[in-house]
Amino acid sequence: MAVVKDETMSIRSSEDVVRVRQVARELAVSQGLGLVDQTKIVTAASELARNTLDHGGGGTVRLEAINSEMRRGLRLTFEDQGPGIPDIELALKDGYTTGGGLGLGLSGARRLSNEFEIFSRVGEGTRVTITRWK
Amino acid sequence: MERIPILKMGDYLLVTIQVDMHDRLAMTLQDDLTDRIATTRARGVLIDISSLEIVDSFIGRMLGNIAAMSRVLDAETVVVGMRPAVAITLVELGLSLPGVRTALNVEKGMSLLQGVGAEQENLNGRGER
Repeated sequence: MAVVKDETMSIRSSEDVVRVRQVARELAVSQGLGLVDQTKIVTAASELARNTLDHGGGGTVRLEAINSEMRRGLRLTFEDQGPGIPDIELALKDGYTTGGGLGLGLSGARRLSNEFEIFSRVGEGTRVTITRWK
Repeated sequence: MERIPILKMGDYLLVTIQVDMHDRLAMTLQDDLTDRIATTRARGVLIDISSLEIVDSFIGRMLGNIAAMSRVLDAETVVVGMRPAVAITLVELGLSLPGVRTALNVEKGMSLLQGVGAEQENLNGRGER
């Protein structure tokens, strides 16, 4: 697997969430994703960036354009040093929220991605990785 | 402070969202719109989202809130111009915008609002407001 582009951005404000959407869109376009796939990964990025900001107290996202032998894609890794998620299964349920939102961020982002990985430790932080292939 | 303009046209308020909204801007729009509905006694609100490249759960919630608040203030809300890719994504995200009326474009949205207004008038038998 080859990483053709690699960029890390910090997420500290709601303006940063907008910038993450824009960079994710540019990468998705450069990787040749169709309009619907672009929209899905950018929407997922928006949800996860907001989670990083609101629940993780801010953090970073690493955006990678990746090429395997067979296909091209986009991998986004959101990381924070926030309180962590005690019950990941519960957090992945539709409608479960601690933040007063709709509780669709994490579960929705998973549905909008081809691959989804979450790692969280209470008191240490959370890392979510999503991939969308062309 | 950055704001999204709200235009008044007769009994209706028109909003065209042309920027990639950050969350505070979305909240400001929600507050501004409810204020304007109350002060102008608007019968309807038309929100054009044809420029929006994504609608995530935050913006979806804002649209739902605006529809609910305007209904309480006796005005109908119609959201128009959603892009097909946005609609597909929104449903997969798990959001179907319950309680939000939608129309394909501004023209259809406007006639929907006018139709609703006329219907209510017949029901209530009310004249001017």
